[in-house]
Amino acid sequence: MSAPLFELGAFGESTSLIIALIIGVAFGWFLEQGGMGNARKLAGQFYLTDLTVFKIMFSAVITAMLGLFWLHRAGVLELSLVYVPPTWILPQVLGGFVFGVGFVMGGLCPGTSCVAISTGRKDGLALLAGMFAGILAFGELFALLRRVYEATPAGTLTLPQLTGISYPVVVALVAVVGVAAFRLAEWIEQRGT
Amino acid sequence: MSAPRAPRPYMNPYLAGVGLGLVLLAAFVVMGRGLGASGAYASVVAAGVDRVAPTHAQANGFFSHYLAGEAPLKDWLVFEILGVFLGGFLSALVAGRLRWTVEHGPAMSDRGRLLYAFGGGALMGVGAVLARRCTSGQALTGGALLSVGSWLFIVTAFAAGYLAAPLFRKQWR
Repeated sequence: MSAPLFELGAFGESTSLIIALIIGVAFGWFLEQGGMGNARKLAGQFYLTDLTVFKIMFSAVITAMLGLFWLHRAGVLELSLVYVPPTWILPQVLGGFVFGVGFVMGGLCPGTSCVAISTGRKDGLALLAGMFAGILAFGELFALLRRVYEATPAGTLTLPQLTGISYPVVVALVAVVGVAAFRLAEWIEQRGT
Repeated sequence: MSAPRAPRPYMNPYLAGVGLGLVLLAAFVVMGRGLGASGAYASVVAAGVDRVAPTHAQANGFFSHYLAGEAPLKDWLVFEILGVFLGGFLSALVAGRLRWTVEHGPAMSDRGRLLYAFGGGALMGVGAVLARRCTSGQALTGGALLSVGSWLFIVTAFAAGYLAAPLFRKQWR
């Protein structure tokens, strides 16, 4: 095993910040290349006129998922050293709901708003200001919201752990369902025009 | 801004997605962690509150979490997000897509669209913080790692988006 490099001590904190900047540049580059700095294009996802958001998001998820799987298989990457976001059932269902309403209302998400701003879209700036306001309000009301925020912790929980289906089978299933969903997305777009 | 010229068409979405997926994979391999966005904003807000009212910020269970390190803005996600701004700018510059404008449909005013964007941002700020991550941290990162909570977040966020979509369509007509 030779990766993750940082977790195995290949470099320190200050180098990691330079790497953060480089990875961010590549992230922003591909978001803009795909049209994800444009709220009009993102909103099309919710009116079934332009399913670019879905196509980009799931081809990214499938690419990274397969990459992780094969690098782990090849003995290059130690998967247990990759940080898996922990599961909190109620906060993530409620948060997902509020987030989804905000997403279609605002037409951008937190990451894509940066690209909207740096390419000159003033609605991106308004959205970022709103996000700061929302986070500030949440923080100020934290005493009231804490019970919900800390409800139903499930720790690190993955789909293979939850279902008992082995990791390779889940990876294959997600990839197959993803490809089928891409075909469905193409069909929906064709039908609309 | 450069002289107006026809913007280049966007990249094929699957190709852009694979590119994004390889960036995410690079983050896993190099850092042992994925991408993010809302976490950077939470750090900025916590740092702002700490600047204005330090005792208040330190006593707050939410803000103090982001203030635990030596400097809240010397954070991996804050640097990554600065990169996202720069990368988006460079890509649009090369492709001739830089425009100083407000995106909306013909029936919507600039001002109306900015209000919707602000409101949507405020809801996303609350939702992302409650869910502990957003589209980057949950959908992309947690999705690729097959985290149960991330997939719950993806499904509920899209379901809520489709449910609420008719309310906001006037922005794009």
